[in-house]
Amino acid sequence: MLEVEDLACLKGDRLLFRELAFAVAPQEMLRIAGPNGAGKTSLLRLLTGLSLPEAGEVRWQGQPIRRVREAFHRALCYLGHSPALNDMLTPLENLRFACEAGGDQVSVQDCEQALARIGLANQLDLPARVLSQGQRRRVGLARLFLAARRPLWVLDEPFTALDVNAVAELAQTLSAHCAGGGTVLLTTHQDAPFAVPPRVLDLGDWAC
Amino acid sequence: MLNTFVAVLRRDLLLAWRGRADVLVTLAFFVIVVCLFPFGVGAEPNQLRAIAPGVLWVAVLLSCLLSMHRLFAQDHADGTLEQLLLSSEPAVVWVGAKVLAFWLSTGLPVVVVAPGLALLLDLEQGALPVLVVSLLLGTPILALLGAVGAALTLGVRGGGMLLALLVLPLFVPVLIFGAGAVEAELSGTGAVAHLLLLGGGCAGALALAPWACAASLRISME
Amino acid sequence: MIAAERAPRASLFRFAAPQAFYPLAGRLAPWFAAAALLLTLAGMWLGFFVAPTDATQGEVYRVIFIHVPAAWMSMFIYLVMAFWSAVGLVMNTRLSFVMSQALAPTGAMFCFVALWTGALWGRPTWGAYWVWDARLTSQLLLLFLYLGFIALTRAIEDPRRADRAGAMIALVGAVNVPIIYFSVKWWNTLHQGASVSLTKAPSMASTMLAGMLVMAFAAWAYTLAVTLWRVRPMILERERHTEWVGAVLEAEGAKAGGGR
Repeated sequence: MLEVEDLACLKGDRLLFRELAFAVAPQEMLRIAGPNGAGKTSLLRLLTGLSLPEAGEVRWQGQPIRRVREAFHRALCYLGHSPALNDMLTPLENLRFACEAGGDQVSVQDCEQALARIGLANQLDLPARVLSQGQRRRVGLARLFLAARRPLWVLDEPFTALDVNAVAELAQTLSAHCAGGGTVLLTTHQDAPFAVPPRVLDLGDWAC
Repeated sequence: MLNTFVAVLRRDLLLAWRGRADVLVTLAFFVIVVCLFPFGVGAEPNQLRAIAPGVLWVAVLLSCLLSMHRLFAQDHADGTLEQLLLSSEPAVVWVGAKVLAFWLSTGLPVVVVAPGLALLLDLEQGALPVLVVSLLLGTPILALLGAVGAALTLGVRGGGMLLALLVLPLFVPVLIFGAGAVEAELSGTGAVAHLLLLGGGCAGALALAPWACAASLRISME
Repeated sequence: MIAAERAPRASLFRFAAPQAFYPLAGRLAPWFAAAALLLTLAGMWLGFFVAPTDATQGEVYRVIFIHVPAAWMSMFIYLVMAFWSAVGLVMNTRLSFVMSQALAPTGAMFCFVALWTGALWGRPTWGAYWVWDARLTSQLLLLFLYLGFIALTRAIEDPRRADRAGAMIALVGAVNVPIIYFSVKWWNTLHQGASVSLTKAPSMASTMLAGMLVMAFAAWAYTLAVTLWRVRPMILERERHTEWVGAVLEAEGAKAGGGR
């Protein structure tokens, strides 16, 4: 259960939103909507604890995330704007590193399977710099297949640069995660074929 | 915990190996800076011998500084740093691994090359072991202090120069004790006191700097 | 706009809230400025007219009435900066960061004054403007620390990040200041012997000491006045999203409009 209370976000000179409050329960998917510059990415960064709110609090299982940082981060899988790929490493090395650095124990076989499932079976040993935008995106998303143990997924524009089939597959994965008791928060500008349409939180309503 | 440490260390060393040209550039810079001094102060052997410890140490310091801004820059640009900050392991663990990898890939090669350059300046061969030991104890301090500066200047315009302004004054004690150790050995007073102080500084930096660096990274990523 | 939500908890901490500190700073600053002016005049009078001529250095020594208080102040201000930085990082009080940043330029100024007067004093007494004396050298490094702090806080655009990053480097610097001082002293004794000693002060006349103390208090008062004045616009800038800043600006605008 992720709760947000009285949250305000200041970016540079501008107050993006204030008195934002909502809660997301297990098995729920929340889509954060709003025009460009409404603070969607900023909100996601606040929710993950990467940045500190101007006012208010984010709570995980009833505890402020600052106080239970390690437990919260064990439960969290965040995929940001950039796919966190190093150009000099192969997709396999990148994925394995992402999991291990995040605190997950994974085997090479698991990583290979995850990459194969997302359609990169032939690119395992290429350096990431030769991959296309969509392929780079997929390497990042492959982590989701290995993060099933982490109940809370926070995804910033996961569908960007993906083709139709990949969008459908990802939507299915997200729906399955929710059905299995997980929670998904995401921002997206495009429609995706979710099993259950997600609840929408429009940041435009909270803008200052 | 160890798992994360090893994963970060292995990856950074692998990256250093794949981008080994960068390491070579640092070494070349080190060699060139040292070679500039005879042109500046004259090739009189006695004079060169007298300034050799200081010259070598200043050159080491500058080469470390030159490569320091690379420590977090790439991870910052591609989003890896965000993921690391969201790791369920304490940040000190992977910060320590990154600094160790940086030292192994930048500090250690410089230490290996330094005795060769010392001969170029006609430093007495008896002082070479002390030079190497002082560098082995001193360069980790440079890496640790520099990491804090690099974390604070992450993504700031003019970050490279700013980093130099921030950390060079902090490097002064290392320079004093490092170059002082070699000079003390040459003058016959013995370098033990200097080396012990460097060792103490190294232990202190190891104990404090990773925490300061982790906190600085959180501040910079906000 | 965010309502000022921090309710005053205890009376002592009431002024830690920016909206309480802002008017207080405005009221106190002129008093400190007046005190600084009076103390400076008194100190100058003591130093230049009352204190006797030094037996060995003649009239030149009178530069200590500026030099020594400036050097004291520059070191003291760095400690205070580090203190406020630590308070800010631990308690997350924004006013502390503002205080440490408002202090920094004054500290750097005193540091520079100490170096400059030291050089002017050094020329007639040592025959050189600059000697790599332990105190001068550590003072120079302290100036670099100040410049680093100021440059870092100015280079970072996001004020919150600038606050916290500056606090971090101030603390790192404060931990290093004793190490730097010790190492420079060690280096100095090895290289120069005890040929140069800065303030031997054999039996300093009591009027000299009095003059120096009065000047030190003047430096204190000046620092307080300037810092309080510098803090005010910084508070407004950081709190401009709050209601009280709007009210203050409106009131001040009305006052300026009424005066015209």
